[in-house]
Order: sequence, then C-alpha cells, then structure tokens
Amino acid sequence: MDFSWFKWLMFIVAAALSIVGSLMMVTRRNAIHSALWMIATFIAIAVIYVMQNAQFIAIAQIMVYAGAIMMLILFVIMLVNLEKDSVPERKFSSRKFTGAVITIMLFFEILVIATAYQITGREAVYSASMLERTGNVRVMGSLLYGQYLFPFELASILLLIGIVGAVILAKRKKE
Amino acid sequence: METLYFVLESLIKNIVVIACLMLFVAYLTLAERKILGYIQVRVGPNRVGPFGIWQPIADGIKSFFKEDVIPLNADKPIYILAPMISFFTALSMFALIPFGDKIYLFGREIKLVIADVDVGILYIFALGTLGEYGIVLGGWSSGNKYGILGSLRAAAQMISYEVALGIILMGTIILAGSLRLTEIVQAQRNTWFIVYQPFAFLLYVVAALAEINRTPFDMPESESELACGFNIEYSSMKFALFMIAEYAHLVTVAALCTTFFLGGWLGPVLPGPVWFILKTLVMIFVFIWIRGTFPRLRYDHIMKFGWKVLFPLALLNLVITAFFATLS
Repeated sequence: MDFSWFKWLMFIVAAALSIVGSLMMVTRRNAIHSALWMIATFIAIAVIYVMQNAQFIAIAQIMVYAGAIMMLILFVIMLVNLEKDSVPERKFSSRKFTGAVITIMLFFEILVIATAYQITGREAVYSASMLERTGNVRVMGSLLYGQYLFPFELASILLLIGIVGAVILAKRKKE
Repeated sequence: METLYFVLESLIKNIVVIACLMLFVAYLTLAERKILGYIQVRVGPNRVGPFGIWQPIADGIKSFFKEDVIPLNADKPIYILAPMISFFTALSMFALIPFGDKIYLFGREIKLVIADVDVGILYIFALGTLGEYGIVLGGWSSGNKYGILGSLRAAAQMISYEVALGIILMGTIILAGSLRLTEIVQAQRNTWFIVYQPFAFLLYVVAALAEINRTPFDMPESESELACGFNIEYSSMKFALFMIAEYAHLVTVAALCTTFFLGGWLGPVLPGPVWFILKTLVMIFVFIWIRGTFPRLRYDHIMKFGWKVLFPLALLNLVITAFFATLS
C-alpha cells in the first residue's frame, strides 16, 4: 500500500481549487468575496508546494500572502467600504479589449513553452531525500544566506525602498 | 502494513488530543469564572453540582438548544464560515505541540506529538494568521457597525502584535538552532530558556495576550464601548464555536510558552505529559490572574505600545541574543 494515489488525488483537488478559486476571484462583484477566493487560491497553491517537498515555501506562502497581505487588503476594503452599487457596470471598452488580447497572448506563450520544452528529471543536489536528512529550513537558510546572498540582500533593499516610500506618502497626507 | 499502523497511530493521537483539548477548554471556562470570582471576592458559579462542577456541561447543552439567528443584512455564507475558520485553526494548531517524549508501545516507537514537522513554529504562526480571518470576517459579515469596528480593531491589533511575537520567539530559536518544537524542548535539557531569555518570556506573555485578544488587550470585543464587538450578532452554537476557539487559543499560547521557555515535558520523577500539563496549567492561571488584575487599555495606547515599545524591545532582545550566540 503506498501513498501515490493519495498524492495524485490531493494534487487534483488542490489544482482544481486553485483554478476555480482564481476564476471566482475575478468574477465576483463583492470585493470581499473576491479577496476570500484569492485566499483560497493561495492556500491551494501552498498545498501544491508541500507536495513538491517545499514545506518552507508553502508555509511562507500561507503566512505572507494568505495571512499578512490578504489581511491588509481585507482591512483596506472594509475601511473603504465598497458598496455593491458603486461598482460600475461591466461594459465593453477598448481598454478591456486590449487587456483580454494581452491575457490570451500570455496564456498561449505559457502553453507553447510548457509543451515545447521537455522538462527532464535532472539529478539535483537538493533532492527530496537530502532535504529530509538536513531539514527543509536549514537548506533554505544556507542557500539564501550563502549562494544567493547578493540577490537576497538586493530584494531586502527593494522592500526597504517600498517602506520608505509608504512612510513619505503617509506623512505628506497629514500636513 | 506500516502505512496502516501509521494511519491508525495518527488517528488515535488526533482523537485523544482533540478530546483532551475539548475537556480542557470546557473546564477552563469554569476555572476562569471561579478564579475571577475569588479575585473579585465573590463566589462564582456554584449552582450546578458541587462547586458548580457541571456548569460547563450545562452551558454546552444550553447553547445547543438556543435559537440560531442570522441577521437579515448579514453576508450569509461568510457569516456561517467565520466561526468555523476560528474553530478549525484553533484546533489544528495543537497538532504541532509536543506533550511528551517518545514512548515505546507494542515494540513501536511513538512520538507524543501529532505532527513533528520541520517548519514547526512557522506552521503555528501561519495557522494563527489564518485564524484571524474568523474574527475579522465574523465582525464584517454580521452587517453591524459594532461588529465592523471590532473586526477592524482585531485586524490592526493582530497584525501589529504578530510581528513582535515572531521576533520575540526568534531568540529561543537561535538558542535551540531549530524550528522543530521537539528539538527546542530537547535543547532545554540542562537549562530552561527562561533562564537565558527572561525578558523574552515577559515580552512573550504581553504579546501573546494581545494576540489572542485577552483582557488588558481585548479591544475587538470590549463590552463597554463596542457591546461585544465582532461576535455581537452571533448566537447559539456559532457563538459557542467562537468561545471554544478563544479558549483553545489560550491553551495553545500557554502550551507554546511551556514549550519555548519552561522546558516543555522535561522534569524529574513524574512522566513527561504530566509535567507538560502542570506547566501549561500554571501559565493559564497566570493569564487568568492578569485578566482579573488589569483594566482594559485604550485602543491608541495599545497600538502605540505595540509598535513603539514592544517591537523595539523584541528587536533588541534578538540582537543581543544573536551577539552572544555568535560569541560562544
């Protein structure tokens, strides 16, 4: 008795939920409902991460995206208190047409790349058994603060700039 | 066959832990009312059975038979979903908490923890952030202005204090060198972390109380200004679910405190789980004691304290711990 059928089932459920969730997210009228479907999508993606043996990334996904960021988005929606009537009616406009064209083009690009390139099972250093032995978080940490230290620090500077910008915007409003 | 044993073992552990937790939570309500009564020089519940010992069961039956009201302008699906989110996350957090060392039964090694995962404490934090949605959505979906005010307060307060809570626990994680809760307990075999991290312990108690919205920080449901806040429109079992989640969170926070600062299940003579429960009970008593002692703070004071006092102190604690950890 092995778990492969169970893993397959879990993948199907998580993948279906992420697709349905993102579809529901863009079609809901109520902004809070959209936000909730987005949370569901994030959690479904976290499940897929777990099945790829990426526990740390899965938890970071839930903590940062499904937890903190979506909480802020919900907070803002509640503060602004978007009424159901204030959402403009869906009308055909040139802007929406361009958006649709770009989306469809991007979708076909992803489709072509996914089918054209053969993703082979290359022997990797960080295999599932190696992660099991040294611990998921330990491997993540040593990679981030070792091999990828420079991009990691660059990313943190980028975030810092964002924070400074937000503070400046908030200060200017007060005057 | 091995898989079958594994499934069976997990199932039994789950049932035992959930049953114990529910019993614990039920009698926690009685203990809280009794201790608060003692602190405020009154008797507390004493009508149902000797010393009011059947009070939690009577409360449970009562909330089952109450009328379940859903307000007309409530957002119905979210209104029903919110208490479930609260309850579910509060229960699942307990899966990570180790309440004893390995034991040997029928020639099999059994760890006294449901899931001993590598990301450990991060998983608990992630579930904690998800649990906040229960309170925030519950207040919003009732379609009541006090409810919305309560949930806005809850969102702001929990985000602020969660940051500090994470950084406070970083000190102990540096000392233990692992996020796995069982390894954190093992690292305290010689000395409990409360000896190395006394300030972190105090900060943790403050931040944890704010995180679970207990009395000096119970802004989301402050009765005198918001008339119960986020759960104002809830009745019957939905209200009971919120209550159970709140007390389960209290148990979780006390158990985490035991795990991180008080040496978890470690202790002489008595078996591990007994030590674990004793330490957790002491922490819960301290939390109830604080509730009976301190008045509620003002909302802007709480936010100011969180960002301008607690957060810098937590950072300072982290920096000093990291400094000494690299020296030795």
